[in-house]
Amino acid sequence: MDGEELTEQETALYDRQIRVWGADAQRRLSKSHILVYGMKGTITEFCKNIVLAGVGSLTLVDDRAVTEEALSANFLMPPDENACSGKTLAELCRDSLNEFNPMVRVSVEKGDLASFGVEFFDKFDVVVISFCSLATKKLINERCRKLSKRVSFYTVDCRDCCGEIFVDLQKYNYAKKRLDGTTECELQYPSFQEAISVPWRSLPRKVSKLYLAMRVIERFEEDEGRKPGEICIEDLPAVLKLKKELCEAQSLNESHIPNALLERLVMGAREFPPVCAIIGGILGQEVIKAISGKGDPLKNFFFFDSVDGKGIIEDISDPNPKG
Amino acid sequence: MASLQHSQAIKGAKVLMVGAGGIGCELLKTLALSGFQDIHINAAAVIRVNIALMDINEAVIAVVVWGFGSEGFGSMIDMDTIEVSNLNRQFLFRQSHVGQSKAKVARDAVLRFRPHISITPYHANVKDSNFNVDFFKQFNVVLNGLDNLDARRHVNRLCLAAEVPLVESGTTGFLGQVTVHVKGKTECYECQPKPAPKTYPVCTITSTPSKFVHCIVWAKELLFAKLFGDKNQVNDLNVRSNDACSSSENTNDVFEWRDDEDFEQYGRRIYDHVFGYNIELALSDEETWKKRNKPRPIYSRDVLPDKMTQQNGNVDKTDDLSSASAMASLGLKNPQDIWCLMENTRVFLEALKLFFTNRKKEIGNLSFDKDDQLAVEFVTAAANIRAASFNIPSHSLFEAKGIAGNIVHAVATTNAIVAGLIVIEAIKVLKKDTDCYRMTYCLEHPSKKMLLMPVEPFEPNKSCFVCSSQTPLSLEINTHRSKLRDFVEKIVKAKLGMNSPLIMCGVALLYEVGDDLEEDMIANYTANLEKVLSELPSPVTGGKMLTVEDLQQEFTCNIYIKHREEFDEEKEPDGMVLSGWTQAPPEKKDDKTSIGNGASTSKSLPTEPMDAQKDIEVKEISDGTASPGKKRKLPEFSEGCTLDQSNEADETRNDKKIQKLDDDDDDDLVMLDHWGKDTGKKQRLQ
Repeated sequence: MDGEELTEQETALYDRQIRVWGADAQRRLSKSHILVYGMKGTITEFCKNIVLAGVGSLTLVDDRAVTEEALSANFLMPPDENACSGKTLAELCRDSLNEFNPMVRVSVEKGDLASFGVEFFDKFDVVVISFCSLATKKLINERCRKLSKRVSFYTVDCRDCCGEIFVDLQKYNYAKKRLDGTTECELQYPSFQEAISVPWRSLPRKVSKLYLAMRVIERFEEDEGRKPGEICIEDLPAVLKLKKELCEAQSLNESHIPNALLERLVMGAREFPPVCAIIGGILGQEVIKAISGKGDPLKNFFFFDSVDGKGIIEDISDPNPKG
Repeated sequence: MASLQHSQAIKGAKVLMVGAGGIGCELLKTLALSGFQDIHINAAAVIRVNIALMDINEAVIAVVVWGFGSEGFGSMIDMDTIEVSNLNRQFLFRQSHVGQSKAKVARDAVLRFRPHISITPYHANVKDSNFNVDFFKQFNVVLNGLDNLDARRHVNRLCLAAEVPLVESGTTGFLGQVTVHVKGKTECYECQPKPAPKTYPVCTITSTPSKFVHCIVWAKELLFAKLFGDKNQVNDLNVRSNDACSSSENTNDVFEWRDDEDFEQYGRRIYDHVFGYNIELALSDEETWKKRNKPRPIYSRDVLPDKMTQQNGNVDKTDDLSSASAMASLGLKNPQDIWCLMENTRVFLEALKLFFTNRKKEIGNLSFDKDDQLAVEFVTAAANIRAASFNIPSHSLFEAKGIAGNIVHAVATTNAIVAGLIVIEAIKVLKKDTDCYRMTYCLEHPSKKMLLMPVEPFEPNKSCFVCSSQTPLSLEINTHRSKLRDFVEKIVKAKLGMNSPLIMCGVALLYEVGDDLEEDMIANYTANLEKVLSELPSPVTGGKMLTVEDLQQEFTCNIYIKHREEFDEEKEPDGMVLSGWTQAPPEKKDDKTSIGNGASTSKSLPTEPMDAQKDIEVKEISDGTASPGKKRKLPEFSEGCTLDQSNEADETRNDKKIQKLDDDDDDDLVMLDHWGKDTGKKQRLQ
């Protein structure tokens, strides 16, 4: 399509995956630019996947220094904190990722994510953020939406045995392949703000409990001025109280958010490596779909809980959007 | 909470990872990150670099890759190389690792980020006799990341004999599966029969091809083998529908290069013989073509009147690349292009010439290798020319390579997801959370909103010839014509998956494999192999029972022999039919003896292994408890079975079926499914 052929080198390296998604998709991948924030286990898995898949460039943002916690689910860094001294998380991850695939440019952007203006995001086709506060999620999502070009936006969070992915492709057109031919399809995605504003009462009866539980935790951390994951078992009573309030305000039966689930999320703020691998894998596939325009993208939340083992897609959007 | 419980179960555990490739890399990483302290890896692979690929891919080879190759426990350790095409999903290998054991390099790579755990590499084939039942007994759980049926069956039997739980896995493209096999509690890997590799009747390949794959098989197994392989090998190239004997003497000479001709003349003579003369000859048998479209003979002079040298004078002379590739020397660049008949003809003649000018020493010993560029070019061109004769659509080199090399699709993401699922099941096994075991499918299109779909494991199949107590099999065979060798190759090895079999008829020992056999015994067994069954020292005739045993696998089965005169060449190409384990067990409702977790699952096994689009019914799982009464159709794609994803009306690709889930290259399955194509299909080659 874009006229440019894959090089011989690319054809040889990407042979097995071209057999999955085609040369056209591979060409689009090699021209795409990805931004990620939050270099923990899940994002690390995601970065490995898309670097191996052969995106054009990957930009990492995370100025934090290495901590024991940051190392817990990360295979890109040596466990020796001394060896890491003076470097940020993003810099250390870049050094390893660069070795995975020399055809992908991996670089680091320094600074506070929230301080980057709208024009900064214009350089990217895909923005993925992880372990961000509610306010930051909304902020970055809105900045991506202000651009004239479509920037695909994703948030990803893993806690304990659970993981959540949010997807905003704005207005997304793609060719839906069916047995009896191909139809042009248009999906309209809500922003993160719009999605979480959908009244709980109007959600499907069997909506994932994890969706509701994550909103409670997110809200708790926001109200308390905590960083994401800065929560422990002592907070449980306050979290349960908040849940009660939210359920009452939304006229939702409290049983839809089991206390046991909240307890797990409060206690297990850390990522669980097998879940990082699973969520990082699903996220990688979704980003590849969005870039290549091949395959049905998920809309607009994905949940995995290793306790029941289900990986579920939920469409949480206002059925009657304004305007 | 959950994590804490996990860590206790994980820390004391001793696990064996069997297999290499995409899943193996991901699995080792995830195990190490999850806190496993004592990991043993069995891998036969050695890292080597494919020299031919180094020029164009120097930059790529420098990539860090986990030192696992695609072969795992494949029987051909020689073929074991890190290919560039592995690097899209296998990381942590450096050029400095060349020549080292993959298991060891993988260990070192992981120790870089988890230095205080114990990783024990076994640089050996899992089928070696020292990996016996006692060896397996030391582990709490065995995790498979294998790429071939043989090794999977072998490990399944050892795990059953050692009573060690097994977590099995496989991927193809975006599809994946993880299952838990615990003796007595869940089905074993072999409770559902696996289809045998697809074979094609000889006459379809030699005389009446109707699909492109037939042309590929002809080009690869017959023409390529005839020209460049062992001359003494039996080759059906000359067999035609009518006159198998009369012309064989002549045709043998045809394939020999004569002193008085140059390589283009030689190439044109071969070309005219196989695409022209042979087709004319076949056409003379009118009976064959009454119901079929007649093929068209093709002669090189009609396609390419002038000598090649006059045509591509504009191409730069012999640099390294153009001597290794006909495409390069002809200026053809894109492997995705479909060549016209003239281009195919030029590639055919050029590739033949390059083999004879640059690789003369190899001729006579070559066998087709998907990573041999020139061989792929020759086979592509030859298959396309034959396809043109038979009015079959042409294919690109990229597609032809996929078919000829039995290349399985593979992406990093699915392997990562599957590795995560394996670790989750392994932890349940270690915690003995029997009721929580799940078989999980990774789907490409959501079913009931799910991309990852867990189902309860099946109970053991009571008529499984592997894990149930001594279910006898029966074999229909012509005991006056079939030799013991046929029985050993086609049944004992291919169907029963035994490596070191011992065969008895009553108390008489007919055959045995082992290191410590006396010479006269070996001579005796070798002689027996060539005898027909009814003429063995202890005659095997209808009504007799054979006992076949594999001492390493500690596995025995009994086979009743039924004599039968005739077999259908098309439908029963083996000339014998094994049955007894492919049938579903008799349905017994509310079977009191059923073992499991209370809610017994019902399923209907495919009665024919190759039968496509069988759905199995399973109970829906909700929040960890089986909800009675609700049933769901589940797309089945357990290894070797077919998958029908048509569980939803809005399914994208109903024509997409999976016969086999595998994570890597060296396998006998090919899939031609592309997102961008409407005619998805997939075939298995012999």
